[in-house]
Amino acid sequence: MSWGYFVVATYDFVFDGLGLRDWCDAGNTGSATMSMADLLAQSGAREVSSIWNLPFPSLDELNKACAQIVQTRDVTKGVENGFLAMKDALRFVLDPLTQPLSWILESTLSLFEVTPWWIMLPLLMVVVYFASKSMRLVAFVIACLAFLAFIDHYDYAMQTLAIIFVCAFLCVLLGVPIGIAMSRSDRLQRMTIPVLDMLQTLPPFVYLIPLIFLFSVTEPKLYGIAIILYAIVPVIRLTDLGIRLVDKDVIEAADSFGMTSRQKLFGVQIPLALPNIMAGVNQTIMMSLAMVVIASLVSAPGLGVLVLRGIRNLELGVGLISGLGIVLLAIILDRVTKAALDRVNAAQKH
Amino acid sequence: MSDKIKISIRNLYKIFGANPEDALNRVYGGTTKSELLEQNGHVLGLRDINVDMREGEITVIMGLSGSGKSTLIRHLNRLIEPTAGEIDIDGEDVLAYGEEKLRQLRRETMSMVFQKFALLPHRTVVYNAGTTLQVRGVPKQEFVVEAQKWLQRVGLQGFGEHYPHQLSGGMQQRVGIARALTSNSPIMLMDEAFSALDPLIRTDMQDLLLELQTELHKTIVFITHDLDEALKLADHLVILKDGYIVQQGEPQHILLNPNDPYIEDFVSDINRARVLKVRSIMTPLDGNPVPPGAHGEVDYDNTLESMIALSGGDTSHSYIVMKDGAAVGTLDMTELVRALVPRVASEAGARKY
Ligand SMILES: Nc1ncnc2c1ncn2[C@@H]1O[C@H](COP(=O)(O)OP(=O)(O)OP(=O)(O)O)[C@@H](O)[C@H]1O
Ligand SMILES: [Mg+2]
Repeated sequence: MSWGYFVVATYDFVFDGLGLRDWCDAGNTGSATMSMADLLAQSGAREVSSIWNLPFPSLDELNKACAQIVQTRDVTKGVENGFLAMKDALRFVLDPLTQPLSWILESTLSLFEVTPWWIMLPLLMVVVYFASKSMRLVAFVIACLAFLAFIDHYDYAMQTLAIIFVCAFLCVLLGVPIGIAMSRSDRLQRMTIPVLDMLQTLPPFVYLIPLIFLFSVTEPKLYGIAIILYAIVPVIRLTDLGIRLVDKDVIEAADSFGMTSRQKLFGVQIPLALPNIMAGVNQTIMMSLAMVVIASLVSAPGLGVLVLRGIRNLELGVGLISGLGIVLLAIILDRVTKAALDRVNAAQKH
Repeated sequence: MSDKIKISIRNLYKIFGANPEDALNRVYGGTTKSELLEQNGHVLGLRDINVDMREGEITVIMGLSGSGKSTLIRHLNRLIEPTAGEIDIDGEDVLAYGEEKLRQLRRETMSMVFQKFALLPHRTVVYNAGTTLQVRGVPKQEFVVEAQKWLQRVGLQGFGEHYPHQLSGGMQQRVGIARALTSNSPIMLMDEAFSALDPLIRTDMQDLLLELQTELHKTIVFITHDLDEALKLADHLVILKDGYIVQQGEPQHILLNPNDPYIEDFVSDINRARVLKVRSIMTPLDGNPVPPGAHGEVDYDNTLESMIALSGGDTSHSYIVMKDGAAVGTLDMTELVRALVPRVASEAGARKY
């Protein structure tokens, strides 16, 4: 038995005991790939004597005892190969499906760019006024934007806003129906919640990894998908919650008047869930803003680019000023959506 | 008021739980509510309910909390499905209805008023009152006119553009009633409609309901846990306990002849002089001539309280009882005094209904 003569592996006894030795050696005919650790272990005088340095029976350890067992790096490699093999198929399906997202993002970005500031700013004022019905808020928003324009950050801010508009809009468009469906089926809710939990707890960078392989980095949909996946969670959750929390008595009344489920949904459930749905929209917008900065790593334009430049080139001033710009945008978006939410709440207080 | 039976409930059973069929067989075998809950975890909601509700009458269903009142009324429009039994409305078995016919029944034949009002908070009062028409597809300009009419009828003119949260509880329930009336349905279901209101407002609302009823003659099913309210409103009184009917009949009759200690308990607390009417305790003439020596004529719907005031407390007096201008009976004041003391059920005999 020549194998045990140059490496003393801890778990030899397992395979010996199970009578698998021949099977193990059958795989050992060629020169097995050796990791750096193996080489080190070989050269150094290795003693497995004490229980204190008994290694955990990991793949790498077991591989030492039996060459038929794969090493961990093979598993990693396998996952990678598997993903790469799937990639073309996935891409074939997802690429055309998500192409409209690229178009929407591109056209919205260029729309925000070509619109001159003296049209854009009044337009935003009107939007803010209709959402909040508060002149003070309009004045505040305009002051913030004017400040950003004054320090020549207008274009960047508009790019960031454009991306948020598109992504938040799509989140609501997709998230509200998903939330409604969840509220109507306990089974669907049980199946969806773990997915939402995962989307919410995964660090944002982790989404980017598979996406980068799937789509080319230059395509806007790459960051579009990352932002939507990250930011859609609250609007789904709160739509589901809001509809489930609608007063049972009112639902019963609706049934007793012979409402169809459609009449009930649009006439009772959605309106009464609106405060919760709006709270979800507010969170979704804030999360889009957080993600749009990270998405600058994969070519999303906007203020995030400046932040990155600040980090990469150690340009402290650039980084800080653009950071301030992001904070201002965050305050604006938060105030406006909260004001809209308050109006809804005021209209329905019980 | 006709003698036509509008709603007829036959042998209705309701059991809440995972396997009601199995539990039903036990109940047929005589298992009681508490035994059923203990032995196999099922709740006996209703047991062998038989009630006929006549057209144009107010049928009051009374019982303590948990006796199954809400469960019973929700069977009428099938918000709850029975485990066994039959419900006929206008002679048609509603349990056989498919989805479409059931929806039509709820839209056009019945309307419901709720204890907690259940108004739509995001809609104006007039829109709320019009909801029952709106679900049928009536265009806005039409249902608004109808809703305004009924809002005015319940005393809420000028509040149409308010939101429910701007109104007091009593006013909100007026909207609830207007909403039910706007549907123009012949049957009105009222589940503890006045229980959430304070006593004075409550009396107002009862008066409003009676006033509306003299004009509209709807078939009303009214639920309450309050005996005074029940006696004031009921043409027919059904008393529930633990899901079964203890006694039902004309309220005055139940008051004078309670057949169960449970009902005696209820009955013992009320002011009998104010509730009992002359007609319930008079001696009918039955064609005999009017006896001489009476101290006067009284109306047959007078309360005993008014009689005591009239006689000045003198028990030697006797009166002639008049109905629509004709003498129908005589009333002896000693008889009246005797009626003021509750009789014990066992003495009254276990008279059924
Ligand atoms: N969905 C249900 N599941 C199980 N048990 C129920 C259900 N609904 C009602 N019950 C039971 O049925 C019984 C009757 O309830 P119901 O609500 O009809 O009482 P109620 O007379 O209306 O009481 P209250 O005056 O408190 O409204 C109670 O014991 C209750 O616990
Ligand atoms: Mg109830």
